[in-house]
Amino acid sequence: PQGGYGALSPEMKEALDAFIAANKVVLFMKGNKNFPQCGFSNTCVQILNQFGVPYETVNILEDDSLRQGVKEYSNWPTFPQLYIDGEFFGGCDITIEAFKSGELKETLDKAMLS
Amino acid sequence: MGVTKESVEATLTQKLQPTYLKVIDTSGGCGASFDVEIATAAFVGKRMLERHRVVNTALTEEIKDIHALSIRKALTPEQWEEQNAKTTAAA
Repeated sequence: PQGGYGALSPEMKEALDAFIAANKVVLFMKGNKNFPQCGFSNTCVQILNQFGVPYETVNILEDDSLRQGVKEYSNWPTFPQLYIDGEFFGGCDITIEAFKSGELKETLDKAMLS
Repeated sequence: MGVTKESVEATLTQKLQPTYLKVIDTSGGCGASFDVEIATAAFVGKRMLERHRVVNTALTEEIKDIHALSIRKALTPEQWEEQNAKTTAAA
């Protein structure tokens, strides 16, 4: 793997902005919600399924330039990456911890109302 | 080159001066997957997302060659003492 500086083109940034604005909950992951291809991504899918909220997944394994671009966009080096209500929420560990503490539910509830 | 448990430990020790640090190689030896537990004064006043960013930033070079990095605990020295006291009492 190489460092991903310069992978985020203005066009990609614009597309990501629009996609995240149009979908309240977005998970950038390895695989998709029906077929996660990594244990960490699967954990996040299982957590989101608990809430019954609509969410979109983006498979970063399908496109290496997208994979590098999203890392830069989020300023976060690993996947999965969860976005809620247009904002980066965190990676897998943060999502698990927020799930346990109730903070995730709170954030999702707020997002669904906004 | 490759990233080792020792190199992750050395970088975090040098950059964040942790009061507690545990790096666990979860890759079965190939050095590409780690669990990290860390307590450092650098986390005081920071939310979880910011704490993880501090660790990610410290490991910028290493992360390029890591498959998975799990930051299991990111505590302030005070929180670590508290948690440690609880665990010891329970044991």
